[in-house]
Amino acid sequence: MSRLRVLWRTTAVRLSALYLLLFSLCALLLVVYVTAMSQRLLTNQTREAVAAEVDQIETIYDRGGIAGVLRTLERRARQPGANLYVIASPAGEILAGNVAWLEPGLLDSEGWSSKPFLYQRYSEEGNADKHLALAEVMVLPNGLHVLVGRDMQEPQKFGGLVRHALMVALGIMGVGALVIWFVIGRNALSRIDRMSHATTRIMAGDLSQRLPVNGSGDEFDRLSESLNAMLERIEKLNEGLRQVSDNIAHDLKTPLTRLRNRAEAALAQSAGEEDYRASLENTIAESDQLIRTFNALLMISRVEAGSAVAEMSLVNLSQSAEDCVELYEPLAEEQALTLTSEILPGIVTHGNRELIGQALGNLIDNAIKYAAGATDPVITVRLATRAEAILVSVADHGPGIPADKREAVLQRFVRLDESRSKPGTGLGLSLVVAVMELHGGTLELTETEGGGLTVSMVFPRLDT
Amino acid sequence: MVAHMKILMIEDDLEAAAYLTKAFREVGILCDHASDGESGLFMARENSYDVLLVDRMLPRRDGLSLISELRASDIHTPALILSALGQVDDRVTGLRAGGDDYLPKPYAFNELLARVEVLGRRKGRPEQDMVYRVGDLELDRLSHTVRRQGREIPLQPREFRLLEYLMKNAGQVVTRTMLLENVWDYHFDPQTNVIDVHVSRLRGKIEKDFDTPLLRTVRGAGYMIKDEGRAEA
Repeated sequence: MSRLRVLWRTTAVRLSALYLLLFSLCALLLVVYVTAMSQRLLTNQTREAVAAEVDQIETIYDRGGIAGVLRTLERRARQPGANLYVIASPAGEILAGNVAWLEPGLLDSEGWSSKPFLYQRYSEEGNADKHLALAEVMVLPNGLHVLVGRDMQEPQKFGGLVRHALMVALGIMGVGALVIWFVIGRNALSRIDRMSHATTRIMAGDLSQRLPVNGSGDEFDRLSESLNAMLERIEKLNEGLRQVSDNIAHDLKTPLTRLRNRAEAALAQSAGEEDYRASLENTIAESDQLIRTFNALLMISRVEAGSAVAEMSLVNLSQSAEDCVELYEPLAEEQALTLTSEILPGIVTHGNRELIGQALGNLIDNAIKYAAGATDPVITVRLATRAEAILVSVADHGPGIPADKREAVLQRFVRLDESRSKPGTGLGLSLVVAVMELHGGTLELTETEGGGLTVSMVFPRLDT
Repeated sequence: MVAHMKILMIEDDLEAAAYLTKAFREVGILCDHASDGESGLFMARENSYDVLLVDRMLPRRDGLSLISELRASDIHTPALILSALGQVDDRVTGLRAGGDDYLPKPYAFNELLARVEVLGRRKGRPEQDMVYRVGDLELDRLSHTVRRQGREIPLQPREFRLLEYLMKNAGQVVTRTMLLENVWDYHFDPQTNVIDVHVSRLRGKIEKDFDTPLLRTVRGAGYMIKDEGRAEA
């Protein structure tokens, strides 16, 4: 029973019920119309036939007098399926014809009977059956009344037949609708059931579950397919998130552990003030690195959340690039590298000067870090324009990044140097990516001519 | 070293407040403490302080509205905003509210101390000095020239600004982040020793051919320019 109630709640079943109702109504109307029309047609035919006969009788009377009429009517009345013929006295007494009984009063008035009336033939005298008929009454010049009528049994029978057909049709439609209810409704229901089972399992934490697809390409399949695509994406994001939290765990836990170990060792083994001092200094340096990592993470998430958007203004990119080159130039020189620049003057964009400066700073810092000791010691900072974009790039001749790993280094905490021997948080490029996204631009990693890495910040060009 | 500087710290973390008060006393700075925004506002109005240390998130009245309120009643004690909120945009809102400097938590005490001292000194020192002098070193802000013992030392524009900032705060510790902020106008944390290289370049130029060092590296804090001979006198 509850199963039925569930069934009733499905759209398919409701729709088929509605259609059933509508179709039944239409069929009913159609049948009523058809019956009414055919009744009228038949009645008209009857009247025409009767009227023709009345005319004939008049002609016969004119030619052969009452005897001719009587003879003709006697002959006609004896034919099978004959019309009704009555000759009555002016008082209404039946004198001749094939009718034994008529509804009283019918013979009194000349012309058409206003509606079908009951009669009985001679052959049927004694049994209760009476039939319906239509008739015209004429008065002969000698005062006799002549009635010519036609039985209405046939049209009545026809109406009954149509009504019967209607009932059968309605019955078939009802059964059909029921079948459709069950087939469509139950089919839909079971597929939705399967989908919700899968969803329950997904909600329980099994993100690898997928919704069933039966390959028919119908709405359910399309729905399942898009939901599956969504799940795919969620799973990927989730995986990314898990990886980040693993990395956070690693990158924050490792220094925390070192911190703790150092403090413990200092407590256990330190010989004197010198030792304590050294340990404490190390502790502070270690926690500074931790704070730095933490700040970088926070910064990235804030930039990604777009909270720095409020502080966007016109930024002179050329100036920023010059400043950065100037800031890092002595550092490069200290590492025996040459920092050169090819900067197009007067290029302006809409952005956050502070973030752009930090991003470019990170790129130059990276270049200096990784190109140190390269055979070609030149690092070039370039500001150029391209069709729809402004390019700020840093090109070094260091070891570079293999093409298949370029995507990966943009992610948080990813460092190609597995041992993590170079200092850094592994967040530098992630911040640059976030900054570029904030500015509606992208970050491109390509190979420098002659080997090495070129990182380009691609800004959209201002429409001026 | 700083004669009776008196500051007010408005901070709701009592443990941090106790530690900082003690640390300030050890370097000769008197430090009062208020633990919420309303009492902090009251104390800042009633007493005269050299510097206010204002935590951004405080019970009863937040730090920014406290500073705006003070500025509205014409009290211009330099205020240093301390905040766990980090970066870029927070700094801007802090300075817009009337703060004079902004330091994100967590910070090194040396960094805080250096900034407090610079802010405290600012009050008494006229900005109009056209020539800064430290020992035999002379920086002329109008003609953009630097001389030592009468000999002109050619400097790059940025080196000039670096020296200018150091000499403006002569005798005080200036941290790396303060230099990046004031000389380069960037507020991020340079991951490597970019500033150190600039300072050592500058040091090379102003000390190379002379006997007495002027620019000192203060371990764990930053740099200080000082006439060693006179300071002890």
